[in-house]
Amino acid sequence: MSDSTRDAIVLDKVNKWFGQLHVLRDVSLTVGQQEKVVVCGPSGSGKSTLIRCINRLETHQEGRILVDGTELTDDTRALDTVRREVGMVFQSFNLFPHLTILENCTLAPIWVRKMPKAEADEVAMEFLTRVKIPEQAGKFPGQLSGGQQQRVAIARALCMRPKIMLFDEPTSALDPEMIKEVLDTMIELAESGMTMVVVTHEMGFARQVADRVVFMDEGEVVESGTPTRMFEEPQTDRLKLFLSQILRGH
Amino acid sequence: MSTATTTHSAVSRRERPPLLVAGPVAWARANLFGSFWSSLVTLGLTYFLIKFAVGFIDWALIKSVWTVPMDPATGKLNPEACRAAKGEGACWAVIWDKYRFILFGRYPFDEQWRGAIVIVLFLGLFVVSAMRRFWRRELVLIWIVTLTAIGVLQWGGVFGMPYVGQDEWGGLPITLILSTFGLAFAFPIAILVALGRRATTLPAVKLLCVVYVELIRGVPLISLLFMASVMFPLFMPVGLNPDKLLRAQIAIILFAAAYLAEVVRGGLQALSRGQYEAADALGLTYWQKMGLIILPQALRLVIPPLVNTFIGFFKDTSLVLIIGIFDLLTSGKVAVADPIWQAFSTEVYIMLGLIYFCFCFSMARYSQGLEREFAKSGGR
Repeated sequence: MSDSTRDAIVLDKVNKWFGQLHVLRDVSLTVGQQEKVVVCGPSGSGKSTLIRCINRLETHQEGRILVDGTELTDDTRALDTVRREVGMVFQSFNLFPHLTILENCTLAPIWVRKMPKAEADEVAMEFLTRVKIPEQAGKFPGQLSGGQQQRVAIARALCMRPKIMLFDEPTSALDPEMIKEVLDTMIELAESGMTMVVVTHEMGFARQVADRVVFMDEGEVVESGTPTRMFEEPQTDRLKLFLSQILRGH
Repeated sequence: MSTATTTHSAVSRRERPPLLVAGPVAWARANLFGSFWSSLVTLGLTYFLIKFAVGFIDWALIKSVWTVPMDPATGKLNPEACRAAKGEGACWAVIWDKYRFILFGRYPFDEQWRGAIVIVLFLGLFVVSAMRRFWRRELVLIWIVTLTAIGVLQWGGVFGMPYVGQDEWGGLPITLILSTFGLAFAFPIAILVALGRRATTLPAVKLLCVVYVELIRGVPLISLLFMASVMFPLFMPVGLNPDKLLRAQIAIILFAAAYLAEVVRGGLQALSRGQYEAADALGLTYWQKMGLIILPQALRLVIPPLVNTFIGFFKDTSLVLIIGIFDLLTSGKVAVADPIWQAFSTEVYIMLGLIYFCFCFSMARYSQGLEREFAKSGGR
């Protein structure tokens, strides 16, 4: 199934409208195996919509999206395949509050991957250890701090052993002192060779981890390149403006 | 939780606030005697409450008549003692004489032990279902077995028990049958209808669910019961005429399901979109998402209105009185139609009220306990 030469994600002239609003305009983007791409841009630029189209939480209306060689269409079987291979981490964690941390992590492996419970527990504990909170396994999400919850969310996604991880502003809802623990977890994950698409404003993270930074504005990809090139020699006025704004903010 | 309390008390010097700041005395001062008018109202209300309570105890317990002698000439009870005490004391003798008729209606007298077992089975079923440690798949089996046993006992015709037709059933078993079967069947239907009403990708299903809910909610239960008992048989082919009790039961199920569906839908709407998206992103199917993630949370959120509806329907089953089904209320009404006891309906209605109250109050207390328990575990 997986073939190391095939691109992990291919977006080809993708267009999307919310009613009259044109939110994605001819977006084309290719993410290679094990590549780490950071998507940035001002709010309302369509970066979250873009990442949500990759596992079809949003549907695109024109163009093609291929994930690990499978095209996203209305065919539900293709969708199931893609969602099993793509993990997603949300801005607001979206842990299941009525389940324990361990149950949050084992639910999908047991029900979607049909893994025996004992094995799922073992896998979950392994990943909870990797995100450094194995001792919280029996607690409920409401008893954890934001940073801990987001690390659980990462572990929950990893328990499905995805080939690709999507992060939708994973640190935006966190208190400043908790951002680092989540970013550290993501850096570790990146070093392990995971294919990652990350929507974030954390430029330090982008510099350290990203192979490529994609800058979006008003639904278009305006500019993309290595982090060094993007941050030190921005080509377009829009990126220059954006960088000056977020640097002032930090 | 416990560690937080200990550190807190270790930090603050005083173990307790002074008595005049917190505690019953301070509470009474603040809430009952806060001002001149407040004190006046408190004293006035206390006076009337005590006067009422004393009067009621006097009527119900002290001046009341508990038994009346049998008239040897007619073999019937002689209510003279009750008539003498009328207006002063309660006549509990009527309950003593009629309790079996009230509880079991026109069910054959010698077979009423079967009805008693049915009541005990129902109570057992409720108690077992209420305990969380029995919330497993086996519970469905327990329900099927118990309800089957109840059917066998009520109908008879096997194991040497004479057959008793549904038109002879009556009393508390009927009320319990109508409400238990009613809510047990209405609840799953309600969940499906609530989900259907939110199925934006299936417009036909959505429309059907909306029409169902609005149509049923738009008419009174009484008119549905009338339709079930009078109109429905007109449309059925000759020879195929389901029993009156069954028709009333179906009407109650359909009616309750429409109301419960709206309660469940409220819970579904209260959940954030993120919960749906997280379930989708993990690759769960629609039914896995609903069954494992959405419904467990949505139903917890709507426990208070859900139980409210349950209590309402438990009492609404008494409306079958108008189509001549012998539920608890009908039996009580017929019991006091006996010429001997005609003047003593108050006592019978107090007893009926107590029975209904016991069931409804248990439901209310149980739901409060459940809420507390859920709030403890997995609160957000």
